[in-house]
Amino acid sequence: MSSVAHAAHSTRPIANTRSATGMATGKLAVWWVVASEVVIFGGLLASYVMHRLAHDAWSVQAAHTNTWIGAFNTMVLLTSSLSAVLAHQAAEHGDGRKASNLLWATIAGAATFLVVKAFEWTEEITHGFTITSSTFWSFYYTAAGLHATHVFAGAILMAFVAVSARKNLELHRVELIGIYWHFVDIVWIFLFPLLYIAK
Amino acid sequence: MSEHAEHAQHAPINYVRIWGILVALLVVSVAGPMLGIKTVTLITAFGIACVKAYLVAKNFMHINLEQRFVTYVIVTVVVFMFLFFAGVAPDVMKDEGSGWVKPAWKAAAAAAPSVHGGPSH
Repeated sequence: MSSVAHAAHSTRPIANTRSATGMATGKLAVWWVVASEVVIFGGLLASYVMHRLAHDAWSVQAAHTNTWIGAFNTMVLLTSSLSAVLAHQAAEHGDGRKASNLLWATIAGAATFLVVKAFEWTEEITHGFTITSSTFWSFYYTAAGLHATHVFAGAILMAFVAVSARKNLELHRVELIGIYWHFVDIVWIFLFPLLYIAK
Repeated sequence: MSEHAEHAQHAPINYVRIWGILVALLVVSVAGPMLGIKTVTLITAFGIACVKAYLVAKNFMHINLEQRFVTYVIVTVVVFMFLFFAGVAPDVMKDEGSGWVKPAWKAAAAAAPSVHGGPSH
C-alpha cells in the first residue's frame, strides 16, 4: 500500500485493504478492470488479425488510413501517460496541487487525441469510408471507436480525481486512474501498427 | 514486507527518460515500414509495439512492484487471447474444414490460384 493510502487508512477503515491479497481494494479493482479489458480488446484485435491474415485485399483498404495522424495521436497518448505517471509521483509526495495540474495536462492530451480523431474520421467518412464500406472499415471504426470511448471515459473520471486531488483528498486515486490510463495507452500502442502501419 | 517498503527498495525511475525511449521507438516503428521489407515491417511495427507495451507496463504501471498475482492474472488473460486465436483462426482463415466449406472462397481461389485467402469483403 502506498504512503498516501496509509494516510487515508485512518479515515477509510471499511475494506481499504484486502487481507487475502494484501493490496488496497481500489487498486485490486483497477487491476481487475484492466484484466477484463485485456479480454475485451484482445478478443477484438485477435479477430481483426485473423481476418486480416485471411484477406490480402484488406491492405488496399488499409492504405487509406493516415499513418501520420496515427503517429501524432500515439505521441499524444505517450505524452499523456508521462504526465499521468508524474501526477502519481506528485501524489506519492503528498503534493495534491501538482498532481491535479498534471492530471489536467493528461486530460488535455485526451481532448487533443479525441479532436484529432474526430477530424480524421470526418475526412475518412466524407471520402466514403464508412463503417459499412467493408469489413476492414467495420473493424477500424469498431476498434478505434471502442478505444476512443475508453479515452473519453478516462478523461471524465480523471477530472473527478483531479478536483479532489487539488484539495489533497483521496490522493491514492491518482495512481488508480493512472493505471487505467496507461492501459488505454498500451491498447493504442497495438492499434497503431495494426490499423495504420500494416498496409 | 509491506508494499510501501518494497516500493522504497527500488531506485527512482526517470520517467522523462522512459518517455524519450518510447518516442524514439515510435519514430523507428513509423520509419521501418518505409523500407518496404515485410520482415523489417513486422519487427519494427509489431516487435516494437511489444517493447513499448512492456516499458509502459513496467515503468508507468509499475506492474513489477505489485503483488506477484497481478502479473499472473494479466499473463493468464493474454494467454486466453492466444487460445481464442488458435481455436477460431483456422475456421476464419481456411476455405474448408471438418464438415464445412466456403464455396465463395473456393471459387475465388479457382479464378485466381496465385492469390490465397478469401474474397475482399
